[in-house]
Amino acid sequence: MTDTASENLGDDSIDDLAEASAASAGAAALLDGSTPDELGVHRTLRSDVWRQFKKHKGAVIFSVILAIITLAVLIGPFLYPADPFELNVADANQGASWDYPAGTDNLGRDIVVRSMIGGRVSLSVGFAAMMTGLIVGVAVGVIAGFVKWLDAPLMRITDVFLSLPILPLLLVVLLFFREPMTERFGESLGIFLLVVGIIGLTSWMQTARIVRSEVLAIKEQEFVLAAESVGTRNRGIITRHVLPNVMSSIIVSAALGVASAILTESALSFLGLGFPADFPTWGRLLSDGKNYMQINIWRTILPGALISLTVLSVNFIGDGLRDALDPRLRGKA
Amino acid sequence: MSSSTKSSTDAPVLVEVRDLKKHFPITGGLLKRQVGAVRAVDGVSFDIHKGETLGLVGESGSGKTTTGRVILQLHEPTDGSVKFNGVELTELRSGDLRAMRPQMQIIFQDPHASLNPRMTVGSIVGEPLREHGVPDGGTIQSAVDELLTLVGLDPSHANRYPHEFSGGQRQRIGIARAIALSPDFIVCDEAIAALDVSIQAQVVNLLLELQERLGLTYLFISHDLSMVRHIADRIAVMYLGKIVELADVHELHNSPRHPYTQALHSAVPVPDPIAEQLRERVVLDGDIPSPSNPPSGCVFRTRCPRAEPKCASEVPVWTEAAPNHWVACHFHD
Repeated sequence: MTDTASENLGDDSIDDLAEASAASAGAAALLDGSTPDELGVHRTLRSDVWRQFKKHKGAVIFSVILAIITLAVLIGPFLYPADPFELNVADANQGASWDYPAGTDNLGRDIVVRSMIGGRVSLSVGFAAMMTGLIVGVAVGVIAGFVKWLDAPLMRITDVFLSLPILPLLLVVLLFFREPMTERFGESLGIFLLVVGIIGLTSWMQTARIVRSEVLAIKEQEFVLAAESVGTRNRGIITRHVLPNVMSSIIVSAALGVASAILTESALSFLGLGFPADFPTWGRLLSDGKNYMQINIWRTILPGALISLTVLSVNFIGDGLRDALDPRLRGKA
Repeated sequence: MSSSTKSSTDAPVLVEVRDLKKHFPITGGLLKRQVGAVRAVDGVSFDIHKGETLGLVGESGSGKTTTGRVILQLHEPTDGSVKFNGVELTELRSGDLRAMRPQMQIIFQDPHASLNPRMTVGSIVGEPLREHGVPDGGTIQSAVDELLTLVGLDPSHANRYPHEFSGGQRQRIGIARAIALSPDFIVCDEAIAALDVSIQAQVVNLLLELQERLGLTYLFISHDLSMVRHIADRIAVMYLGKIVELADVHELHNSPRHPYTQALHSAVPVPDPIAEQLRERVVLDGDIPSPSNPPSGCVFRTRCPRAEPKCASEVPVWTEAAPNHWVACHFHD
C-alpha cells in the first residue's frame, strides 16, 4: 500500500520535472527504490549469513586454505610438469630438491604431483561419504524423533550398526562387492562408489542419534505447538521449524564426518583394501611413505599435512557456518 | 462485534465443552506399563458465548493450560466433547481439523519459547497465511504489514528476528500470528503472565481493542484474578482439574460462593488503604494435591477451611446457586 503510494508520488514529481534528463530521472527512481531498503534495515538471509561468516577469522582463513588445496588438486596436475604415474627408477628415493620439491618415492615418482592426484580421490571420497552418511543419519534421526512407533525400531537398528566391528565388515563387503562393482561401473568409479557407500553407511549413526535427540527436544517447544495450531503440515513443521533448529548439530557432525571419512579412506588404503595399489590417495601415500621416513621425510609430511589441513579447514568452516546460521549470534561480535 | 459484550449469555454458544478429560499416563517398571494417570483436566464443562471473554483462573497445576490446549485439540482429549460452532472437534479427522484451525487460535504464555528463533518476524506472522492463504486475497507481504501495524509494530521490522525484540513486542508478534487468519476464537494462555506490569496493561488493552474491532471471543487463562476481572465477562475458577465455580464477573466479585474462590478473592490487594486494612485474608494451608492422586469427594477438601466429613465421601454437585452462577460445593449458600 505505502510502497505504491510512494512510487506514484515519485512518478508525479518526475513528471513535473519535465526538463530533467532521462538519465537523472532513472537515477532518482533508483535512489527512491533503494532508500527504504537501506534505512529500513532490509536484509536478505544470504547477506546476513555472509556478513557474520566473514567475522569468523578462522573460518575465513581456512576457507581460503581449503580453496587453495581444492584448486591445487583439480588443476595442479595440468600445470605441474611431472607425470604422477611414470616410473623413473634412476631418481628413486630422492630427498627434497629443486627438481623434486618433496622428493620422490621408491619408484622415482614425484611426491608433489602424486599428492595432487591423490587429493582428488581423498577429497571427493571425504565429501561424498559425508553427504551419504549425513543424509541417512538426518533422515533416520528425524523419522525416529517424529514418528513414535518407528522410534524404537530405528534406534535399535542404529545400535546394531554401532556395535558392528567396522573394519572386518569393510573387509568382507569389499571382498564380496569389489568384482561386481568394477564390472558394472569400471575400475575407478566402481571402487569409488563402493568406498563412499561403505563409509557413508557405517558413519551415519552418531548423526542419527544427535538429530533424534534434538528433534525430540524441539518438537515439544511452544513454537512447534504454535505451528500446529495454525495448521502447518508435518512437512512444514519439519522443514521450517525443526531442521533449522537442528542445523548447528548437523553442521558439526558434517564437519566431523568429512574428517573421519578421509581418515577411514586412508585406513582402507593403508590396509590395501581401497583403491588399487598404484592409485594414489592421501592415505595410501602416507602408508607407503612410512617405511621410507628416514630416507625422505616429505613422503609422509606432505600427504599427512594435507589431510590435517583439510580436516582442520572443514572443522573451522563448519564452526563459522554454524555461528553464521544462528540469528541470535548474528550481529554480535 | 458490539463494544459492550457484558452479560453476553444470551449470545449464541461458540464453544461448548462437556465433561472434558485429559489424563496423561504415568508409565513405570521395566515394560513401561501404565501405572497411573495425571488427571490434568478431569471432567470440565462450560460454554463460551460468541463475543464474550471467559476468564479461566486457578493456581499453578490446576489444569488451566491443558484445558485450553485440549479445547484446540493440540492435546488429544481422553474423554468428553468439544463443539465449536456446533462441530464436534474431538471426532474430526486431521485434514478436517486443519480446515477448522483458522477459526481458533492460541496466544502462548512465553513469548520467548513460542516464536521460532530462526524465522524472521515476517515469516512467523506469514506462516498461517502461507498455510491457508490470505483471507481477503492480496499478497502475504501486504497482509503481514497490515497485521504488524494492527498490533502496534513497525512493518519495516518484518525481516528482523524474534530475539531483537522486547518481551512485550514479542507478545505482539504472537498476537499478530494468532489473528492472521481472522479467527473467531482465541485462547489466551497466560498471555500476559510473562510480561512486566506496565507492558501487561498495554497488551491487555491491545487484546480488548482487537476484540472490539474483530469481534473476537476469548478464553482468557490466567492465575491473576485482578487482571481477569478487568478483561473477562464471566469467570470460571479451576482447581485440580475441575471447575469449582462459574459466574458473571460482578457476581463472582460480590458474592463468591466457593471457599476456594473466596480465598483467591481475598488475596487480591485493594487499591484503597482503608479497605485494604480491613481486607480479611483467607490463607490456604499447603499446596495443591497431586493430580495423579486427587482427594476423594471434593478435591478441595484437604485445604478447605469449611471441610466436613461429608466432603470426603460425596462429590459436590455442580449446581446453579443463583441465576447463571454455578458452583460445586456442599455449602454453597
